[in-house]
Amino acid sequence: MSNSLLSDLAGALVSGRVQMVDLTNTLSPDFPVIVLPPEFGQCAPFRMEKVSRYDENGPAWYWNNISMNEHTGTHFDAPAHWVTGKDVPSNTVDAIPAREFMAPAVVIDISAESAVDPDFVVTREFLTKWEVEFGRIPPRHWIALRTDWYKRVGTADYVNMQEDGAHSPGPDASAVEFMVHERDCIGLAVETVGTDAGQAMHFNPPLPAHSILHGNGRFGLQCLTNLDKLPTFGAMIIACPLKIEGGSGSPLRVVAMIEGKNV
Amino acid sequence: MTDPLSPPVKKDPLKNTRMGHVSPGLRSRAARAMAVRAGQGRFVLQVCDYCCTATYPPRDRCPKCWGTLDWQDQPTGATVMTETTIRVTTDLFFKEHAPWRVGSVQLEAGPTAIVHLHSDVRPGDRVRMELKLDRGGNPALFAMPEKETPNMVDDAQYRTFTADPKHRRVLVTDGRGPVGQAMAKALLKAGARAVFLGNGDTTMRFDGEAEMVAHENVEIVPLNVTDTNSVTKLAHQLGGRIDIVVNTAAVTRQSGVAFGSKLTDLQAGFESEVTGLMRLAQGFGPAMSARSDDGTNSAAAFVDVASVYGLTGRAGFAGQAATAAARLALISGLRGEMAQTGIRVISVLTGPVDDVWHQHVPPPKTAPAQIAKSVIDALTRGLEINCAGDAAKDLFARWQADPFLTIREENQ
Repeated sequence: MSNSLLSDLAGALVSGRVQMVDLTNTLSPDFPVIVLPPEFGQCAPFRMEKVSRYDENGPAWYWNNISMNEHTGTHFDAPAHWVTGKDVPSNTVDAIPAREFMAPAVVIDISAESAVDPDFVVTREFLTKWEVEFGRIPPRHWIALRTDWYKRVGTADYVNMQEDGAHSPGPDASAVEFMVHERDCIGLAVETVGTDAGQAMHFNPPLPAHSILHGNGRFGLQCLTNLDKLPTFGAMIIACPLKIEGGSGSPLRVVAMIEGKNV
Repeated sequence: MTDPLSPPVKKDPLKNTRMGHVSPGLRSRAARAMAVRAGQGRFVLQVCDYCCTATYPPRDRCPKCWGTLDWQDQPTGATVMTETTIRVTTDLFFKEHAPWRVGSVQLEAGPTAIVHLHSDVRPGDRVRMELKLDRGGNPALFAMPEKETPNMVDDAQYRTFTADPKHRRVLVTDGRGPVGQAMAKALLKAGARAVFLGNGDTTMRFDGEAEMVAHENVEIVPLNVTDTNSVTKLAHQLGGRIDIVVNTAAVTRQSGVAFGSKLTDLQAGFESEVTGLMRLAQGFGPAMSARSDDGTNSAAAFVDVASVYGLTGRAGFAGQAATAAARLALISGLRGEMAQTGIRVISVLTGPVDDVWHQHVPPPKTAPAQIAKSVIDALTRGLEINCAGDAAKDLFARWQADPFLTIREENQ
């Protein structure tokens, strides 16, 4: 085996020193999608129609036609998804350079706060205090908010839609400005249905995560699972959206490499 | 008087289910024309254009003068002349249901006819005639008591000509909206034993949920007609228990064709209203067909509630008119298939529903309760098509009189 970075990695993967964590929810027809007021266009859920399964339509093969929105299931938001990112260069999934699809992650655990308050808002102040305790957020990282929200999938508490709208945690504008301009993040990765808090349409400015992240060419990863399996520092996220021409986002398989025990 | 219909007892699992035989469907074009009118709940006979004589059974020419014949609504009065009880027959359906009473009547309209007799009528009685569809979709005359008698509609012979919801179990596909909820209430009032109310998103609350859950005989079931997996799962679970399906799926959005339209709205409409209808038919049709003569709560009907503008198109709602047109086409095909197994397939046509999607449409609009009433009416009379509300009735009448003129009127 040649002595190189990649061969070291290959060896670590084989030996188990580097392990893979699946951060992806299963694409299924009943996986919840974001809900907009009824008069707007809606996000199509995942659907699957059998073409053949060893039957008269294909005696030896099984395959399905599938359909969904670009933002259904565990998915990637490209800058073009938001109006603020409409003029950002390389702002669609087909144009984003491949080097962006693999990046380290810093995991900020707000699961305790979110359990107490589903509307918990991450602020700049919260993040700077967090850095005092855990260390500075390095540049070009995914900032992953661990909320344990994925444990609510399959229940009404996931989207958590009440008469006054959805209730789920997320950042305010000061936090997103901090992540983008002071910590140069790749993007924001969350377990909730959107990078913004459930009530973020009432924030000022509204929907700050979408608005500020995408306006500055950063990405979003949503509907993730298993962020509780990642270390605070040191995980490497692989997130390759489908190469959809002019696409605003894409469902995708997201995995993370973490360092395991020596075998 | 008729004995009131008893709730069905649990089936003996060691006994075979009785097959749902139907009468032969090969009829003349004239008989089929009579069936079409029977399906609309009309009482019609052919009348000669020349000698003005009414005739029965359906013919191609006037038996008196060879003149051409025209279908006309007729007075429903008649007098029973004779009666016969059939105890032995080679007909597979009547063999299972013998003894069966038939008789001859003198119709007020002129002809005499062999008819099915209600158990409360006897020779010499004045009767009220109904033109019904039998289980195979063929026209048949049925003599009812002239005045209401106790439990009249529970008559065993009459019940085979209807899809009365009494003691039956009904699946209403969209319980999240006002139409489905009005439907559930009306069905229970009409004596349905259970209403399974579909919920397309079990993790999202909906208006009226608490009221529906509180009904003892309503069960909310997960059902999303846009998801094949969801329909199949429910059919596997409940298919053998569903006696009537009422499909209330609707996606209403304002839309033009070249102007003011959204392809995603059209796609969502087709996925829900058209492909969804086929999913329901494939999911529940076969099991219902196997139980069309299964006692008091035999499987009886598949009802589809669609926009009346499927007949014509409609300016401002082109997309929904298109999905309704496709529904009508699928329902026609399904009716032909299910007629071979004794299940009625019913279209209930609505005008603009009085809901949030028609806020800008001036009255008359169709209240959800009116739609529900129209469905119950169609089931209890065994109709094939029924119009809910004044707007639908008006459009249907204009369309029958001059289809292409009505199409032009509705699209300009």
